[in-house]
Order: sequence, then C-alpha cells, then structure tokens
Amino acid sequence: MPEIFQYTFMIRALIGGSMVAILAPAFGLFIVLRRLSLIADTLSHVALMGVAIGFVTNTFPTFVALIATTTSAAGIEQLRARGRMPGDAALAVFLYSSLAIAVIIISKSSGFNADFFGYLFGTVLSINDRDLWLIGILLVVVILFVISFFGELTQSAFDQDLAHVSGVRVTATNLALAVLTGATVTASMRVVGVLMVGALIVIPVLAALRLARGFRTALLLSIAFGLLSVWIGLVVAFYADLAAGGVIVITTVVMLALAETVGRGRDYLAERHGIAPAGQSVTQEDVENTLSADP
Amino acid sequence: MTVERADEVDRERQADLDLENGQTTLWSAGSDGENAPSNRPTVCEFKSTWYSYGGGEPAVEDVSFKVHEGDFAAILGPNGSGKTTLLRLALGLLKPGRGSVELFGQSSSRFRNWSRVGYVPQRVEGLGTRFPATVEEIVEQGLYRGIDPLAIFRRHGRKDVLDALDVAGIAHLRHRPIESLSIGQRQRALIARAIVGRPELLFLDEPVSGVDAVGRDRFHELISALNQEHGMTVFLISHDIGAVMQGATVCACINRTVVFHGAPHHLTGEHLSELYGFPVDVLLHDALHEHR
Repeated sequence: MPEIFQYTFMIRALIGGSMVAILAPAFGLFIVLRRLSLIADTLSHVALMGVAIGFVTNTFPTFVALIATTTSAAGIEQLRARGRMPGDAALAVFLYSSLAIAVIIISKSSGFNADFFGYLFGTVLSINDRDLWLIGILLVVVILFVISFFGELTQSAFDQDLAHVSGVRVTATNLALAVLTGATVTASMRVVGVLMVGALIVIPVLAALRLARGFRTALLLSIAFGLLSVWIGLVVAFYADLAAGGVIVITTVVMLALAETVGRGRDYLAERHGIAPAGQSVTQEDVENTLSADP
Repeated sequence: MTVERADEVDRERQADLDLENGQTTLWSAGSDGENAPSNRPTVCEFKSTWYSYGGGEPAVEDVSFKVHEGDFAAILGPNGSGKTTLLRLALGLLKPGRGSVELFGQSSSRFRNWSRVGYVPQRVEGLGTRFPATVEEIVEQGLYRGIDPLAIFRRHGRKDVLDALDVAGIAHLRHRPIESLSIGQRQRALIARAIVGRPELLFLDEPVSGVDAVGRDRFHELISALNQEHGMTVFLISHDIGAVMQGATVCACINRTVVFHGAPHHLTGEHLSELYGFPVDVLLHDALHEHR
C-alpha cells in the first residue's frame, strides 16, 4: 500500500475532497452560466463570519457557516428579485458586513487564530468525521436537486424570461439555486479555504465549457476536472509537503489551460477539415444551407 | 383576383365601420367574411393598461386593444415607445400599474397554461457564456411541461423536435452547438424552440434585429407561413415597417399609447409621422401590391 493511504487523515482528506470535487463543479455549472460567481465569493465571506461565530460560541463552525450562508443567500436573492437594490450592491453589503463582523469577533477573541487561519486557506488534512457527514449530506441533497430539477435549471440558465414563458417557476428555482450555492460554498470551504472557494466552483466548469457540446457532457466533464484536480492536488501536496488547498487550486488552473489547448487544437483540426468547430464561426456551406432551406 | 379585390373592399368597409363605432377591436384581414374578428375568440387583450418603471413617467399609457385567434398582429413603434414593455406585460413578466392584460381570458400575471404560448426574444441571457447546448437541446426546452425528475436521463431525437427544426429550416444544424450559429440561425433555433410545443399564440420581440436583408425577408416568410399554414396567432413587435406590410393582418402603432390600430393598408404616412415624431414619406404596399 502506498504511503499516502497509511494515514487516516489522508484517507479522510481524499473522501472529503472527492465529495467536494463532485459537489462544487456540478453546482458550479449553473452558478457560472447564470453569472453568479460573485455570489459564491460573497457567500464565502459570510461563511467566514459563520465560522467565527461558531468558534466563539463553541459550536460546530461548519454548521454555523451553513446556516449563515443559506440564510444570507436567500436574503440576497430576495433583494435582487424584488429590485430593492441592484444585484452587485446587495452583494457588496453582505460581503463587507459579514467580513467586518468576522474581523471584530476574531480580534476580540484569542486562542483560535491558528484554526481560523486554517479556514481561510483550507484544512482538508484536518477534516473530521463530523465534517465528512455534513459534506456527505450536502452532496446527496445537491445531486438530487440537480438531477430532479435539471430541466428547470438548464431553462433558467439559458434565459429567465424564456423559462418563465415555458412554464418554469423561475422565482422558486432562483431561490433554491441561491440557497444551495450557500451550501456548496460551505462544503467547499473545508477543502480549499474561504479565500479560494470560488476557484473550485468556477474553474473546473470553465474548463468543461471549453470542451463540451451538450449540457450533460458539460456536467460530467466539470465533475471529472474537479475530481482530477483534487486527487492530483492532494497527492502532490502530500509528497511535496505543500498547502493542499493551494495546490488543488493551481491544479484546476492547469486543467483549464489544458482544456483551452485541447479546444484550440480541435478547432484548428476542424477548420482544416471544413467542419464548423464548437463556439466558432459558421462555414459558408451552412449559410447557403440555411438560406436555401424552404421554410 | 376579382374575388380577392371584393374581399379587400369588404374588409375596408368593416374596418371603417369598426372605427365609426369607436370599437377598440383590431380588424384583421381574414380569408373570408365569416372569419370576422367578432366570431373569433380573443387570445390577448389589453384593457386600459398603464405601466411605469419605478413610478416615473408612464412607459405604457392607457393602451387598449385585442388580438384575435388567427391574427398576425404587428406592434410598431420607435425605440423607447413601450413596445417591449407591452410584450412583457402580455407575458406576465411585468404587472400593469393600472388596467389589465389578459391571455386567453385570464390575467397574464396569473396565467399558467404556458403550453399555449410560444415566445421568441430579441436576445438570450445565456448566450455568450459558451452555453453548452446543441440546437436540438435548446429546441427540446420548448417541450417543458412541468417538473420531470427524470429529464436528465431522457434521450434526444424526438419527432416533434425534428419537425420544428424542419419548419424553421435548420434541420441540418441540429447537432451544432447553439453558440456556433449566426444571429439569423439562432433566431431560427429560437423559433423552433417556440413552436415545438405547437402553441396557439406566438410572441416575437424584434426577431430580425441584427439579421441581414435577405435573412430578414426569409424570416418574415417563415412567420407568415406559421400564421397562415400552421394557424398560429402571431404577436410581432418591430420597428421595421416593411415587416408589417408583408404578412401582418392587423397592426398597432405604439408610442406609449396607441397611435393607430387597424388593418395595415389603412396605415398612412400621417400616422407614421405622428408615431416617429418627424415627417415620414413612405410607399406602402398593401396586400394587393398596389402602390399608394
């Protein structure tokens, strides 16, 4: 058995990391397509406030963070949907107020600064059973949600008005999407830390979008890139004795670069063979076909 | 030809009558006298509708008109005239400040029977994000009939989808990523998406903006065919007068309020000048292609 599997903390890290690697990009696909990446970022700061409160009150920090992110997500969505405040203004208010509260709590209390640092930069190597259970439950909830509401999610990602006229309950879908974004952020926070949560949610998805043609492929590719990044990142971090969160995020960026390269190569080949590539311009033949088509 | 002419005269008479009676009914040029609007059900109706954004100047002011089953209604107006607001009110995306808007006799904000309605927007939010969907997948979205937990496992290639792609003239593009299409092709894909569920009423918002002249003509032919051959009621928003003259049976000119409504051949340069706020001198082609 390789050395890496002889440590319980490494096995826990691999299990927790893998669950988050499925959860974050699977849900991230809808976050990216709806251009909500900034919400993920805001909610990660809200999660930080939750963690601080958890430490001070001596409760389970990840759970407090989950409550904080999901309720804030619902609040942000309500403000946005009712047009009370421009979307990014609402985000700024939530981001800075929660960060300020976190800073005040940390400065007033001494003794947990080291742990807190871990939440900022990721603590996947010190993940405990309680965290694993919570992440596991969130994973099941989010996967069931994505599968059951796949139609609604893809419709509202394409266009909110079109979705409404197709009969999709857009307001309810948006609220659920926001709340589960909070849950996804909280789960991912344990692996890559508050400051890099957005990376795990967004970057594997960008890599997948470069290569995928259909929605299902994009979903599966996002998850595949997420899993590869976490596995490679954890192994490299273990043997090179580096910060796991940072290595994982760098690996996602390498994946994105690879996907771009493969995508470009494919476009180049397609162009040479006269096939219109994904995301590129239209061939003359297509134009003629469309024009000559008798409606 | 003579028969058509007689029809034309009939229609004009009826339209004049409507105007004299002060009715808000839009007269549509049906194929025969029995098809008069009063005999056909109303599918969309604005009743003294008012709307203003954020409580400012009204964007829509006391608008009343009806669209009947089988109509090809063109809503004309300059930019900022409230055309798109009207459309959003009709689709229940906005709630009127005063008055009401009805779809199939039901308040549009409470309307839920969306399978009867198709919609082709001017722009789509999701495009430009490398949206991962083939043309076929986008058209399939039009078949949405409520929550389906197994949707993710369903196979492609349903006959309805292929038929709709055929009607829209883009069957050969069905496996292509939606983002790789030209603007005109995307609009056809959106038409296919809108008609795949065989709606009774089709809303289009400036569907040809950004499409070249040839594409525009073909697009209007397609919409006319949907109206005449497939029996769909059409509610088209445009700032392009040519579009109205080609296939529309009724038209309403909007500049916050209704400036003109009636058959397109009753539309004069004076109406248009009032609409656009400067003298308009146009050669109008009516249904018989006579220059007036």
